[in-house]
Amino acid sequence: MNGSFCKPGTWTPLHQSRAAAFAARAKQKPRFLLGFILAAAMMMALPVLAIGDSPPGAASCLGCHPAAANDGPVPALAKLPARQIVTAMQEYRSGTRPATVMDRIAKGFSDEEIDAIAQWYARANKK
Amino acid sequence: MKRSTPSRSGMRVPTKSSSGMRVPTTRSSRRAVLGGITAGGLLAAFGLPVARAAGKARPRVVVVGGGFAGASCARALKNNDRALDVTLIEPSATYTACPFSNAVIAGLRPLESQTFGYDRLRSTGVKVVHRRVGAVDTQQRTVRLDDGKQLAYDRLVIAPGVDLRFDAIPGYTEAAAEAMPHAWKAGEQTLLLRRQLEEMKDGGVVVMSAPANPYRCPPGPYERASLIAHYLKTNKPRSKLILLDAKDAFSKQKLFESAWKELYPGLIEWVALSSGGLVTRVEPATRTFVTEFATHRADVANMIPPQRAAQAATIAGVADQTGWCPVDPVSFESRLQPAVHVIGDAIIAGGMPKSAFAANAQAQECARAIIDLLRDRSPAAPKLINTCYSLVAPDYGISIAGVYRPVDGVLTDVPGAGGVSPLDAPKSVRVQEAAYAQAWFNNITRSVFG
Repeated sequence: MNGSFCKPGTWTPLHQSRAAAFAARAKQKPRFLLGFILAAAMMMALPVLAIGDSPPGAASCLGCHPAAANDGPVPALAKLPARQIVTAMQEYRSGTRPATVMDRIAKGFSDEEIDAIAQWYARANKK
Repeated sequence: MKRSTPSRSGMRVPTKSSSGMRVPTTRSSRRAVLGGITAGGLLAAFGLPVARAAGKARPRVVVVGGGFAGASCARALKNNDRALDVTLIEPSATYTACPFSNAVIAGLRPLESQTFGYDRLRSTGVKVVHRRVGAVDTQQRTVRLDDGKQLAYDRLVIAPGVDLRFDAIPGYTEAAAEAMPHAWKAGEQTLLLRRQLEEMKDGGVVVMSAPANPYRCPPGPYERASLIAHYLKTNKPRSKLILLDAKDAFSKQKLFESAWKELYPGLIEWVALSSGGLVTRVEPATRTFVTEFATHRADVANMIPPQRAAQAATIAGVADQTGWCPVDPVSFESRLQPAVHVIGDAIIAGGMPKSAFAANAQAQECARAIIDLLRDRSPAAPKLINTCYSLVAPDYGISIAGVYRPVDGVLTDVPGAGGVSPLDAPKSVRVQEAAYAQAWFNNITRSVFG
């Protein structure tokens, strides 16, 4: 367990970290846009969250994360750009992002796996 | 719990459950590893329906069992490819979810909030048939229902859940569950235990018995003890709870014990196996538990008996001599029967616990593998996550998580990942985890049934 998580007062509600990530993303707009166009092009051939095309680990996320509806404390992954998922997972894994359970889960995934999962959700995002 | 007696006339019912026979299964499609450059692979990669990719009539998948594993798998298959012919066989018109049913026992929520129908699943195009399975012919690939109707399949998914063993503890028969409810399948039993707690006088003794591993929901008995303690502390503070355990250790033990000390000091007495926790006999008439060391007479008795894969697994010939179902962890195909997949609480899942989260994760990966197999492709190795929340109090949640992948044919923990909530987390984290527990339940029930 990362130490900072255990100390009182360091825990940040999810929506705050998401807002921070959103701000970070806005600064990288050109690359984000390119990703958007690529993903939109791919969407023409790919169904939304079709499990048959899912990379290892992606399907399990749907236990807690809604596919699309963003109406609880856990963000809908198909609403997030790939970069935001990748950044969040890397920060959970390294312990730099406060977490309850995602720090424990992120440690089970490699960079390549995280990237593939993020891309899969991003493809559904652009439908 | 009503159980059907399978009719065995007119159809061969596989009885290989104890032979340990292994059937080559997904390995046979190893040649499809280069699926990316085969015609089928190319078509599939661009999301064309399985039926067209496979060049034959609508492939038929029959799913037996409408819980978190079966209903989820049926839905994932149909969502992925509407050309698939997916039929779900489930005797009950509604499903009563076990997660959060401990909160019903403690009077914190109504049973109605645990109950889900199959109409939305139907509206996705899955055929839902409220019948029992009478027989399975794995050679002809047919399932016969208890009304005599026969269904052919290309792939069969067995998601039967567990049966409670009424032959394991002397005295604990199905009839005994009226006096000593198990409440380990949510429904009438949940309400029965709830009523008995309500009727108990202040100063009464609640005795619970937890089974040895493996069983459905490893932290469940301890969450139940916690929430019953919450009810007693709030309403009947002179009462006591004794938890007799057939184990010397349990899931999230340090977290539970620490919380019990903090929230319910002196209320819960946990009796480990080595201290006489093993129940050797019960006397339902007097609500008495007999252990190796002592006799405990209860005012309210909750007996959680040992379990096994439910009957549909035996009918399909996919359970082995342990009572559980060995599967290939890549495809969830049975090690005992070809073209039959098994998911959920019934399987031998290596490091994965028997939980609704795990069942749903396995269901998705099984659906993925079935789609690959129908396209004549070899399924890729999956990675699965489990997260189990437990409520120690309404606003006090703790969790255990794990990440799993197949290693040497067994679902194995990814080293360095997973684990339990920190022992020294602040109260805000416990509150947050309680909220996440609720969010998980809302999400999973909506994604499976809603």
